[in-house]
Amino acid sequence: MTGLTLLIPLALLLGLCGLAAFFWALRSGQFDDMDGAALRILIDEEEQG
Amino acid sequence: MTVQSRIAPGGLTQQTLFAVPGMRCAACIATLESGLALVPGIIAARVNFTARRVAIDHVPELILPDIKAAIGAIGFEAEPIRDSSALIDTRESRALLRATAVAGFASMNIMLLSVTVWSGAGGATRDLFHFLSAIIAIPTVAYSGRSFFRSAWRALRTGRTNMDVPISIGVILVTALSLFETLTSGPHAYFDGAVMLLFFLLVGRLLDSVMRDRARSGVASLLKQTAPGARVINADGASAWFEAEALEPGQIMLVPAGERLAADGIIESGTSSVDLALLTGESTPAQVCAGAVVHAGTLNLERPLQVRVTAAGPDTTIADIARLMEQAGQGRSRYVRIADRAARWYAPAVHTLALLAFVGWLLAGAGWHQALLIAAAVLIITCPCALGLAVPAAQIVAAGALMRRGVLVKDGSTLERLAEADRALFDKTGTLTLGRPEPIDLNTLPAERRSVVLALAQASRHPLSCALRAALEAQGVRPARVEDLYEVPGFGMEGSFENHAVSLGRPMRCQGGEPMAVAFTLNGDAPALLHFRDALRPDAKETLGHLEAQGLACSIISGDSATAVKPVAKALNITAQTRMGPQDKLDAIARLTQAGCKVLMVGDGLNDGPALAAGHVSMAPASASDVGQNAADAVFLGDSLAPVATAILVAHRTMRVVRQNFVIAIAYNALAVPLALAGLVTPLVAALAMSSSSIIVVGNALRLRGAAR
Repeated sequence: MTGLTLLIPLALLLGLCGLAAFFWALRSGQFDDMDGAALRILIDEEEQG
Repeated sequence: MTVQSRIAPGGLTQQTLFAVPGMRCAACIATLESGLALVPGIIAARVNFTARRVAIDHVPELILPDIKAAIGAIGFEAEPIRDSSALIDTRESRALLRATAVAGFASMNIMLLSVTVWSGAGGATRDLFHFLSAIIAIPTVAYSGRSFFRSAWRALRTGRTNMDVPISIGVILVTALSLFETLTSGPHAYFDGAVMLLFFLLVGRLLDSVMRDRARSGVASLLKQTAPGARVINADGASAWFEAEALEPGQIMLVPAGERLAADGIIESGTSSVDLALLTGESTPAQVCAGAVVHAGTLNLERPLQVRVTAAGPDTTIADIARLMEQAGQGRSRYVRIADRAARWYAPAVHTLALLAFVGWLLAGAGWHQALLIAAAVLIITCPCALGLAVPAAQIVAAGALMRRGVLVKDGSTLERLAEADRALFDKTGTLTLGRPEPIDLNTLPAERRSVVLALAQASRHPLSCALRAALEAQGVRPARVEDLYEVPGFGMEGSFENHAVSLGRPMRCQGGEPMAVAFTLNGDAPALLHFRDALRPDAKETLGHLEAQGLACSIISGDSATAVKPVAKALNITAQTRMGPQDKLDAIARLTQAGCKVLMVGDGLNDGPALAAGHVSMAPASASDVGQNAADAVFLGDSLAPVATAILVAHRTMRVVRQNFVIAIAYNALAVPLALAGLVTPLVAALAMSSSSIIVVGNALRLRGAAR
């Protein structure tokens, strides 16, 4: 029982962190261009110099 | 309709959006972004590959044609995005995505707590876990349930009922009752059920909305724009760039060859030919001279024109037709989707059942608390989870299958209406035919002359030249080395090939009734005439056969003359109505509708716009005018007409799966409702029953993945 007082808030906190991270990603436009994001890793960004 | 540009916070730069449909790969993204960044005046360019769009930050001095030319120089065709409607649409999906994420998070955590209770936790632990569940569930219901509550309230206020009414009542009642249970240390709390229900329903709704957005942005990137603006001559002879909506009657526009008109007007000086394809779908260019009336959206082909503006913006002919379309589309907005039709009898049945359970248990001697608990269990078990998910899941899977076959379906109700259609009307030019000239007697030319023709044709933007180039390149002809190429305005191309003068252009004496021909001369020999015609779309005859087999009677409804329509009608062996204006087409559809037919309208031109909006359901080819594509429920890509029959076939299959899903949902209710009425449904049983029925209907919908094959 005593473990619960620590574990339950911890579980909820971790879940909330995940939710907050998702909201942040949504707001910062990371879901705007799903197909483009998959292709951009293929672009060689070695600029001259 | 304003050009989508806004002033950035600094006030020094401006952002303009361009649709670039030609992007295909990672290299295109890199070429566009790095290439545009080097153009003076452009500060940054960012590609959105999903939407085939590029956002360009630039200094305000840089005007639209310059940016378009810069993108063209990199090797892409681009059109400025004028309509902001395509951009704000995703907001609804965003809100739904957030609500779904919150509901998903909450249902997982509540489930975590509920599992403990189900496996036997009692006393203080159970109360604590119920209390924690309440803390998570109540804000979640308030946040994620908003769209259901709002829609239910709207329906109730007008005295109707829809799918959201039983959902809202069920969720609110169950949450309130569970809260009461928690506060009085009761054994059962249904927070997990309420939140899970919201999560499943939101997933269904999100799928529906994502499908709409995807198809809309697909269509938006196809749109051929009318001109974004024009150069206007001032009183002092200098010229300045005006955006289309800033043009005013009385101004003189300079329209160079190869540009579209930005407003209606009268030609002040110059003679040329104009391409009316965007307005009428007619592929033969029309000759115009001073005093002729020209419309916004037409393409000036040969020589520069000076046009005095008579109507701009909302006063143009295009805007008139748009208004006619708006009126025609009102009938369709009364269409009730199948899920809502099911809800019309489902909702009252569920509410009566729950009420009977409550009254019945009271009469049988149970306390009001227990009776209310059973009534709530009935509500939550009958909540149309499977129904709310069944229809959108089937429709999005089918729409995805159709998209891979080149049909963009704009929303779920399109598939429902396509399955109901029992009459098909086709426009001729651009719909049954390709709407562009195709050379028919190229093979009469010797091979080495064909390569000279290609060299001449590829240097010109005239539609007949473009048709020649496409046909010759498809034959694998390589262009010959032709020097001193130049375009003679109003005639065609001239050049020299191995020191012989060659030319490709309008036949010297124009034979009557033969406007679609060009003459090719080499070294003063007798000119070789090349003829063109507007060919039928591939698979046109087979497609009409398939449609007839599926019970759709087909006929042609064309604005063209009887002589022009006759060969097409004869080749396809169907009847035709000719010389039909936009209003006549509307009337014809109204007559058929009155006779009880559900009309599928397939058309492309601006003149088809009202008919497309009035038909029970409508389709347009991707080569259609932007008005046609906006008015149609579905757009098909490519030259072939076959996607029309495929769409009908998939629509029928989708409705079969939807009906199966309804049967599954009803069977599930037949099993679960007696349990609920008997008071045997614990939160564990409710959770299991709900998730299993949802998984079954989604699994059934996934069978549609190969439906378009």
